[in-house]
Amino acid sequence: MAAAGTTALATGRPEAPSLRAARRRWGESVIKGLLLLAALISLLTTFGIVYALLEETIVFFGEVGFSDFLFGTKWTPLFEPASFGVLPLVAGTFATTLIGLLVAIPLGLAAAVYLSEYARPRVRKTIKPILELLAGIPTIVFGYFALTFFTPEILRGFFHLDVGIFNALAAGIIIGFLIIPIVASISEDSMRSVPQALREGAFGLGASKLQVTVRVVFPAALSGIVASVVLAMSRAVGETMVVVIAGGLQPQWGADVGKSMETLTAFIAATAKGDVPTGSTEYKTLFAVGMTLFAITLVINIISIRLVRKYRQVYE
Amino acid sequence: MSAQEAIGRPSGAQRIRDAAFRMALVACLALAIGLLTVLLVDVAIDGAGKLDWNFINNFTSIDADKAGIQAALWGTIWLMGVCALFIVPVGVGTAIYLEEYADGTRWWNHLIELNVQNLAAVPSIVYGILGLAFLVRGPLSFGNVVLAGGLTLGLLVLPMVIIAGREALRAVPSSIREGSMALGATQWQTIWRQVLPAAVPGIATGVILALSRAIGETAPLIVVGAATVIAFNPTGLDSAFTAMPIQIFDWISRASNDINDYRPLAAAGILVLILLLLAMNGVAIWLRNRFEQKW
Amino acid sequence: MATKSLRTEVVIERPAARFAEHRPRAAREPVFHLEDVKVSYGDKAAVSDVTFDIATKEITALIGPSGCGKSTLIRCLNRMNDLIASARVDGRVLYHGQDLYGSEVDAVEVRKRIGMVFQKPNPFPKSIYDNIAFGPRVLGMKEDMDEIVERALRQAAVWDEAKDRLKSNAFGMSGGQQQRLCIARALAVEPDVILMDEPCSALDPISTGKIEELMQQLREEYSIVIVTHNMQQAARVSDRTAFFTVDPEDRVGRLVEYDATETVFTNPSEARTEAYVTGKVG
Repeated sequence: MAAAGTTALATGRPEAPSLRAARRRWGESVIKGLLLLAALISLLTTFGIVYALLEETIVFFGEVGFSDFLFGTKWTPLFEPASFGVLPLVAGTFATTLIGLLVAIPLGLAAAVYLSEYARPRVRKTIKPILELLAGIPTIVFGYFALTFFTPEILRGFFHLDVGIFNALAAGIIIGFLIIPIVASISEDSMRSVPQALREGAFGLGASKLQVTVRVVFPAALSGIVASVVLAMSRAVGETMVVVIAGGLQPQWGADVGKSMETLTAFIAATAKGDVPTGSTEYKTLFAVGMTLFAITLVINIISIRLVRKYRQVYE
Repeated sequence: MSAQEAIGRPSGAQRIRDAAFRMALVACLALAIGLLTVLLVDVAIDGAGKLDWNFINNFTSIDADKAGIQAALWGTIWLMGVCALFIVPVGVGTAIYLEEYADGTRWWNHLIELNVQNLAAVPSIVYGILGLAFLVRGPLSFGNVVLAGGLTLGLLVLPMVIIAGREALRAVPSSIREGSMALGATQWQTIWRQVLPAAVPGIATGVILALSRAIGETAPLIVVGAATVIAFNPTGLDSAFTAMPIQIFDWISRASNDINDYRPLAAAGILVLILLLLAMNGVAIWLRNRFEQKW
Repeated sequence: MATKSLRTEVVIERPAARFAEHRPRAAREPVFHLEDVKVSYGDKAAVSDVTFDIATKEITALIGPSGCGKSTLIRCLNRMNDLIASARVDGRVLYHGQDLYGSEVDAVEVRKRIGMVFQKPNPFPKSIYDNIAFGPRVLGMKEDMDEIVERALRQAAVWDEAKDRLKSNAFGMSGGQQQRLCIARALAVEPDVILMDEPCSALDPISTGKIEELMQQLREEYSIVIVTHNMQQAARVSDRTAFFTVDPEDRVGRLVEYDATETVFTNPSEARTEAYVTGKVG
């Protein structure tokens, strides 16, 4: 029901203006389409990862038995005869991750508690950037440090431990240090969001600072803390350079962390370093091990995303 | 509970426990910071001697005395260029789509969001495998070249840019959008002329932080086939390349055999890398402080 | 009646003669015609059964207690509710006889002609000049920009305060100045109607007074609809007043009474209106 008489846009006020657009605004739709395309690239990335891993892994399992891979304890893919049991690699990943968490959880939580509950604002302002610095240092630097200083000077020198030049203990401990910022910052966030009223209530009852921290703040912040640990675990599982440089490239189906324990990531890096012809056995093992790694981190990530969402909901 | 505790005055034992706890906390913090300090000092001691203009200008060489980091430095610069040219339009575009256009109730938009969160936590070496399968070989078959390396790194840090971009856009109050739309501006005009300019400082900071992450990544570049012994700077997107972390890794691998020859090189390379990182982070912080919009 | 004149004095601050200026103009085609308008967010209706006309080149006030849907309703008039995903408008809203929500209608064109000033001043984080120039620029207005800016600032009675610092950031202005800047910004695109959603509620009394004066001047050229929770303001400035209230049974806002302002405040037909304007409720 358009009234007669359109009007020029710029001149004067219309008495009976047409409300139809001067021309169809297709430009807006084009732009929206382009932006959607950009957003789809991230979806494509995931599909790409899954497809790439799956394609070669399926071929791989055509040649190597599924249970041989998943439950075998000898990983010698390049020997004659080859053995494709992935458990030693999983053990290596597990060992370094576990040691890493044993370091990162206490130290990270301590940092978080101190920054959240004890530190004066000026101290916080100094320490937080230091933690960010720790988080920003490339992992290759940590690998260098682990190999050239930590193992010889600290483990073998200071502690007189009988460990090899490449050992899972050093790798695990250094990984622990490098994931401290993850535990510290998310846990600290979580603790700071605990309402002050809860603390005041406890103080009012005569509780000491230690009691308030441990009995009130901690439990209230627990889901955030757990989320931070899970995220740190994911990071530790995926860590490559520290283990490649310092953890050793000999797989070990055992628990001697003083010796070399090749991890899933170290194997991929070491193998891909050389020239790997497409379709060769080595090429396929890259993907099979990659798939294993991806599957493990996917499970951990899904758990962590759920936890982070839960912790955010509590205080929103 | 003792009578004193019931009244509210901490007992002697409680006070000791409190003090001990606080000391333990400080000790843990000191341990973490201490290790960082030892690490930086160790690297500085190992590498400072090697850090001179020859080091920057020379290419790598079998002769450790003559080796330098020029090819790696330029390789890194090229990679960062490709990476930035990829992540800015794609990352910012995705952020704009998710924040300004997407209807939050639709399941596919929810999926895109969830996907970004998941991608942010995938191990970096898996991105290398992705690059190997699709960019280096497979459908696109670029080969072990700068373009493949840069795009692989770009895919790796893309989630960071998307997340930072979304936060920057979200920080712009909706009253600005309303004011603009009420004047008869279209949605894109509003975004392009009002929302995005206001969000640029946050976005720029996010991009720089993403590049700082990319610059130090080694594992994906190993899988994508960055060369380790290369004596020329990249000549184009289709050129073979090396990068600083790769070069450092190569020197570290040799260092275990010839401790005195290659270790200083690796350490010096690390120092250059860290200096680059500090410079980038400095710029990011400066940008944030100088241009941050206070609403 | 004695009680009635007492009520008049309590409610209205200026002498009754003031109303003479506000007598509704000779009948002309209304600028808006609303028929059975209902606005819902999701399945919850905010305001319903609204039928009335808004007169051209007059000031129409929408008053009522909070939650009665007046802001929701005014946002229908320039299709700002489109920005809310769950909002739905039923019924007819005619603008100069055209259906505002017709399938062919472009909301952007609507907003070029029907401008809006918001409750909290929302200048852009740009210079004063760029704030005013933004609308004309995106709309492709061809005139000299300096002239457009000056004209708009003069019309909004803020030119003297702004002329020496056109290039400085608008955030440096006071709240009252910012709101007049926002009015100037709306005027710069030469609209037909100006909607004002509680334009003075965030301002001090002096700024409020200035804006009310401004509204009187603008009335010569523009149709103005103002939402206000300040009854005295409605009585001071408006020609016609529409009173809304929340229905206690279904919590939906409804139009109770619509008449010349003088009538609504001195001789309302509905008991609820009388209760509200005399301060007994709301």
